Amino acid sequence: MALLEVRGLGKRFGGVQAVKDVSFRVERGTVKAVIGPNGAGKTTLFDLLSGFRAPDTGTVRFKETRIEGRPPHQIAALGLSRTFQNIKLFGHMTALENVMVGRHVRSRSGFVAGMLDLPATRREERDIEAAALEVMDFLGVARLARAPAGSLSYGQQRAVELARALAAEPELLLLDEPAAGLNMRETADLARVIGRIRGRGVTVLIVEHDMSLVMGISDEVVVLCFGEKIADADPRSVQQDPDVVRVYLGE
Amino acid sequence: MRGSRHLQVGLFAAAVVAAQLVAQASGKGFFLTQLTMTAYYTLVVLGLSLLMGYAGQISLGQAGFFAIGGYTSAALTTLDLSGQRGQAWVAALARARLLLARPDLYGGEVLSVQPWAAFGLAVLLGAVVAVSLGVPVLRLKGHYLAMATLAFGTIVSSVVVGTQRLGAADGISGVPPFELGAGIRIGGGGAHRLQSYYLAWGLVALAMLLLLNLIHSRAGRALGAIHGAEDAARAMGVDTARLKLQTFVLAAVMATVAGSLLTHYNGGIGPSEASVMKSVRYVAIVAVGGMGSLWGTLSASAVLNFLSLRGYFGSYDDAVFGGILVLVMLFAPAGILQADLRGILRQLAPRRGAPGGEG
Amino acid sequence: MTLELLLQYLVAGLTYGSIYAVVAIGFNIVYNATGIINFAQGEFVMLGGMVAVSLQRSLPLPLAVAGAVGATAAVGALVEVTFIRWLWKPSVLRMIVITIGLSILLREGALLAWGESVRSLPYFTGDEVTALALGGVRVSPQVLWVLGTTALIVAFLTFFFGHTMLGWEMRACASNRDAAALCGLPVRNLVTLSFVLSAAIGALAGAVVSPITYTSYAIGGGLAIKGFTVAILGGLGNSTGALVAGLLLGVLESLSVSALPTAYKDVVTLTILLAILFARPSGLFGSREASRLKDF
Repeated sequence: MALLEVRGLGKRFGGVQAVKDVSFRVERGTVKAVIGPNGAGKTTLFDLLSGFRAPDTGTVRFKETRIEGRPPHQIAALGLSRTFQNIKLFGHMTALENVMVGRHVRSRSGFVAGMLDLPATRREERDIEAAALEVMDFLGVARLARAPAGSLSYGQQRAVELARALAAEPELLLLDEPAAGLNMRETADLARVIGRIRGRGVTVLIVEHDMSLVMGISDEVVVLCFGEKIADADPRSVQQDPDVVRVYLGE
Repeated sequence: MRGSRHLQVGLFAAAVVAAQLVAQASGKGFFLTQLTMTAYYTLVVLGLSLLMGYAGQISLGQAGFFAIGGYTSAALTTLDLSGQRGQAWVAALARARLLLARPDLYGGEVLSVQPWAAFGLAVLLGAVVAVSLGVPVLRLKGHYLAMATLAFGTIVSSVVVGTQRLGAADGISGVPPFELGAGIRIGGGGAHRLQSYYLAWGLVALAMLLLLNLIHSRAGRALGAIHGAEDAARAMGVDTARLKLQTFVLAAVMATVAGSLLTHYNGGIGPSEASVMKSVRYVAIVAVGGMGSLWGTLSASAVLNFLSLRGYFGSYDDAVFGGILVLVMLFAPAGILQADLRGILRQLAPRRGAPGGEG
Repeated sequence: MTLELLLQYLVAGLTYGSIYAVVAIGFNIVYNATGIINFAQGEFVMLGGMVAVSLQRSLPLPLAVAGAVGATAAVGALVEVTFIRWLWKPSVLRMIVITIGLSILLREGALLAWGESVRSLPYFTGDEVTALALGGVRVSPQVLWVLGTTALIVAFLTFFFGHTMLGWEMRACASNRDAAALCGLPVRNLVTLSFVLSAAIGALAGAVVSPITYTSYAIGGGLAIKGFTVAILGGLGNSTGALVAGLLLGVLESLSVSALPTAYKDVVTLTILLAILFARPSGLFGSREASRLKDF
């Protein structure tokens, strides 16, 4: 069974059909990209997958469990993590604290336990911090740990947000335009990082505009146009698909 | 990190002791009474500070919870069931040690509910009401909790003023002290002034410790995440609705506890404690001290409540708090103690070039 | 309950209800233009009554009322220009708190100026014992003044927003402020105008109802809550809804007096507010408005 199975997904906003009858699968251990011109419905698709919007039609199966329409925090608890197009870090907290929030689904201490500061709670805190540092180290940003997240550079913030999403030890990671605002060198670094993430056993679904990144690291590519899927194959085939070419270059 | 927290509370405890010694030494021992009352009011605003600063919600009904605490304790502990001793349910309550026989002013005996039982009931009631209010309203955004709590606070205010059983406009008096055992009690007048002072501020210190622990814990981080970027918090698995509810209930319970205990200390309660103006006052104090900044809120509460109780604001009491609210919100919405002067000046200057808004 | 008694309650309910409706419409005007709920709305009603009473000592009644409306409208403009206009993208929380603070200041100012005494204008026609017999019910002529004034206000606003350039500009500003600004509309002044309008209608209502209900420095807060309840009930921003909801609430409140102790009259309205917020925050006539509100 595929890790993620999307069938007949549809979402309408007023008069606009943002996503129309979209179906695809993401196999475990692969990197799959979703591309398409602006307004193609990519962000809406992500919101539908991560629980920020409920679809009008269709189903989403994650690890054989139906998740469409469920709230984001429940989906996160199942092992699906995401980043955002316009980085949403917790600006007033340190980078480390941001990543520690990423461990939320892998820890348990509640409200009352937090107030009482019991030994078990303290132990869990140490574990959370250690795990967060490990992820930051993996991404090479451990030295930024104590800096306020709001004071970091754009590229650093992107890295911290990625660390936060990874800290949850997700099985599926949704990356929403991770290369936006990055220069060529940073984009190349990002490609390497995604490869290493896959190496850790994380499946990646990525929405992206940057073709070099997409074609270089993806195992499969889905192309959306006006909310509909027009291609779903390996990068090479997609590049040569006449429909895709027409959509990107115009008639 | 944990050490600094304990150090802060330790310093605070030292300050409390110092304040008492200074007051006593300069012959102003009677200040202790207002300071003790201030401590209980501080409990209310600490909870509110967490709610406003972290959960980003505003409650205009904390006085309502305070009144639930105070009036429940007052009504139950001044009840006289001695005329109904024969009844089965009274006997059952007596067997369960929930009743207290005490002498009244005329040499007779009065049978009322034990203060600790009334206290427990009051807290339970406060929590239940908070959950009932919070569950439907916290899933909405913006004005809604503010309006719902305003409505709630006004309902409580109208009910206590209009109900004869609750003393109507005169309130309830003759509330007995709350015996904690070993001769320690809350209430009871001048002879126990010192004890009351330390009990009250000790409670505040405990609350500070618990809240500071909370802020630095997983739940506290999750709350901060909600404050920072709620969508991202949800994406990271934080059940934001539930956490906001828990914070709201915590703030409500703190207000309820404060209401009950202060009523025992004062020996009574009146409808003004339930008024909307009181709720607004609590919000003003949190705004000044910095929403979410516990020490800031505590400082603001200590100063403002003490001055108000000593009568320094005269008949302009309400106007002062209203004015404070407006000024702070206009110029330093994150609280005076965290005011960013450059930011303020930027606000006053032409908008061109000023970066994004505030949350 | 006899039919006659029921009708009396009905009339009383419609009278109070129309005032609540006017307060709610005032909320809606400002809300539509700025997204702010202006808590000081109730104080505008209070000021209308109080200023009219003071002016009426030296001016004939119509002029006193007109003067009160003008003065209160000026206060509305002052409030907007001094406290609201220069805020840069304030959050909803901040605005609620600021307008609450402002309403307190206005109230305390009124206390300073007029003390705690309760006042009223003289009856516009007749006096407190004059009663017209209308279909078996004894109705004070002042009631007709109140209902008539409310109808006039609604008619004027309908005309203003529906058929005048200025009204269209305000609607444009309310609908999409940035687009309106780009079209060259004087957005900041239109916002001030919204405050002026809501203050003016509030003041007029306050003046015309004062013979019946009396007015004092403290009535603003309660009116604001009831007005807000009506606004939400009718669908925030929807003034036709506000009118219907206001009359409905007034009648409900009035009828409740026959069943509950008078002290609990307010509790009825407040419970309705809570019920609405819990069950249907979009109000009886609201629409997607509520889901839009959920997003900020």
